[in-house]
Amino acid sequence: MSTLTTPVTTSPEARPVPPEGSAWSRWANAHRKWLFAAPAMTFVAVLIVIPVVWTGYLSLTDAEGSVRAESEFIGFQNYLDVLRDTDRFWPAVWRTVAFTGVVLLVEVVLGMAIALLLWRPFRGERWVRVAILLPLVATPVAVGMMWRLIFDPNIGMANQMLGWFGIGPQPWLAGQHSALPTTMFIDIWQWTPMVVLILLAGLTSLSDEPQEAALIDGASTWQRFRHVTLPLLMPTVIVAILLRGIDALKTFDILYATKGRGGGSFHEVETLNVYAYGLSFDYNDYGVSSTVLIIFFLIIIGVMWALTYRKKGLER
Amino acid sequence: MRRRSIFGTSLAVVVAMGLSACGGGDGGDSGSTTLRVTLVNHVWTENIKAALPEFEKQSGLKVEVTQLGEDQLSDQYNVKLNAGSSDIDVMMYRPLQEGKLFAKNKYLADLTDRAKSDSAFEFGDFQAAPVQATTYEDKVVGIPIITEQEVLYYRKDLLEKSGFSAPPKTLDELKAQAAKVEADNPGVAGFVARTGKAAAVTQFSSFLYSFGGDFVDANGKASVNTEQAKQAYAYYGGLLRDHGPENISTDMSWSEAMAIFTQGKAAFYTEANSLYKNATDPAKSKVADTVGFAAFPAGPAGSKPYNIPSWALGVNDASENKDNAWKFIQWAAGKEQSLAQQKAGVPGARASVWANPEATSTYPKDLAEATTVSTANGVGHDRPLVVKVAEAREIVGQPIVDAITGKDSAASADAANEAFQKFLDDESK
Repeated sequence: MSTLTTPVTTSPEARPVPPEGSAWSRWANAHRKWLFAAPAMTFVAVLIVIPVVWTGYLSLTDAEGSVRAESEFIGFQNYLDVLRDTDRFWPAVWRTVAFTGVVLLVEVVLGMAIALLLWRPFRGERWVRVAILLPLVATPVAVGMMWRLIFDPNIGMANQMLGWFGIGPQPWLAGQHSALPTTMFIDIWQWTPMVVLILLAGLTSLSDEPQEAALIDGASTWQRFRHVTLPLLMPTVIVAILLRGIDALKTFDILYATKGRGGGSFHEVETLNVYAYGLSFDYNDYGVSSTVLIIFFLIIIGVMWALTYRKKGLER
Repeated sequence: MRRRSIFGTSLAVVVAMGLSACGGGDGGDSGSTTLRVTLVNHVWTENIKAALPEFEKQSGLKVEVTQLGEDQLSDQYNVKLNAGSSDIDVMMYRPLQEGKLFAKNKYLADLTDRAKSDSAFEFGDFQAAPVQATTYEDKVVGIPIITEQEVLYYRKDLLEKSGFSAPPKTLDELKAQAAKVEADNPGVAGFVARTGKAAAVTQFSSFLYSFGGDFVDANGKASVNTEQAKQAYAYYGGLLRDHGPENISTDMSWSEAMAIFTQGKAAFYTEANSLYKNATDPAKSKVADTVGFAAFPAGPAGSKPYNIPSWALGVNDASENKDNAWKFIQWAAGKEQSLAQQKAGVPGARASVWANPEATSTYPKDLAEATTVSTANGVGHDRPLVVKVAEAREIVGQPIVDAITGKDSAASADAANEAFQKFLDDESK
């Protein structure tokens, strides 16, 4: 950060400043690092930093009804209330963790299996890849509506198909205990292709030599996967987990499109995101809502930090 | 997703604060000739849009209509009005759902002088109950445009087949007929209604009143665990559990319940009359020619359906075009348009229109009769009259879904009452 205060001419790496030129161009040249980054930094400040700081401020007030109405600064009272709320907050945390954990595990395992299948060239490869990517390009809300129709307990296709095998109708999204697993299934259906895509990119960039060496040493297919492919691919797997994990934590569209406000009458699929949405848009409790969002924000940062830390460790 | 939207909100607020600091308050009514009107998806809106050219010609204004679904409209208001945005002039809103909140937040402009000084508009013509719902602290903040009452939708053919010559007059008869029709017609439910915790509250309210209960008693205390209320919860939930569709979902609002009825999968359905076109329009309904309407069946306390103003027009307090906004309301809620709307199937709030036989001439005859009965015995609210209605609905709606899913609804009503009383205490602080 020496460029900030030290004149550029004294820096050993600095290029010679042209003797001619206006004061502005000399200044611009001296501070080019900041100048070029300025648009991006302004963008980040306006669209991310200010809102986060504002949300943080709101979380320390009792703002409700309208954010323009007078509100009192109440310190960390909201945080105490929220963290003690075993009725809505902790179940929502649990659902968020369960949802993310399950979909992440299934998506990575399934994604890995599909990626390995598609790794080696075969006939019609391009078509298969396109077909697999289709769910990815659909709008999540449309996906939610589609599955809502398929899983309708009375007229939906899912129950009709079960009927062919003599299995009775299931409540799916309508059931108090089956709703969350059903939304997990929808998420898995939609997002596994993204994991496939990332892992496939990683696999194609691996060199063939270690595989051949293992083959000559007489390693079985499983051994080659377990001890050669997987360790080499690990950084890519972590990237996939990172990207998908953050997205899964923040899932909102599928849950909202299938179960509506509050995640259903028994809050069956109410995750932190859905809860925070309800707090501000249904209850107009902006203070509490901001508190939940800040806590959620910290959780996401924590997870991200842990994963990038692990990734760096692997890369060393 | 959510995080991004609250960021958006906050940003809008920050920007708006900066802007209003420069602009400096209300400003005069210089009045742009472009009027921005936000309306909900409704038959009323379709009718108004068709009539708009007439208004534009006579007023010289250009009207820009933004049309949204109920939930999206709510969200839109929450974001824009919170930010003090002036890009909404006229707003269609739900007096019972968000009226108090909006008025308390000063989102709604005071229309008292404009409404009362305008002799051609004849404000005194509006029914008293709707006007009360659009008045806040003695100030008129909205003009009621749509009223609704709960009625019983039923299938004439199924009743006839089961040997019933008339629709049920009482809730006991309703239960008996629903059971018989269901037994006679496999695959058809006896009864369907809204089941979502918050969505069901309004349609459940008529059951509650007809059993002799209410959400709040005369002293302003929570009263959803009275004997009458417990009976009403048990009846409504029990009817859906025993004679409702199989694998019943507890997330149904009117569109899902209506779909079951119009697909021919249910014999009885209690719903707002303002939605009747969905059942009688052959393009939307498989049962269009066999659907009948009856007054809400009587309970131990008589037939007491709600009779409420569901939608009103207000002016955004931050609008810089209030004079023209009022011109639009004058026209859209005026006598002429009210009559046209009512003839097109949208019940309004003007007494003179109701007195005019021409207004209901296009209604199915039984619906007009049922509506007349409801208007006479009706209760003026269909949900707790509080500021944070959405939260209150979730509290008093819990026993409904518990009853539907076969839990102990009486215990649930006790728990709900306690929570509701706490909510009322918090709100009155």
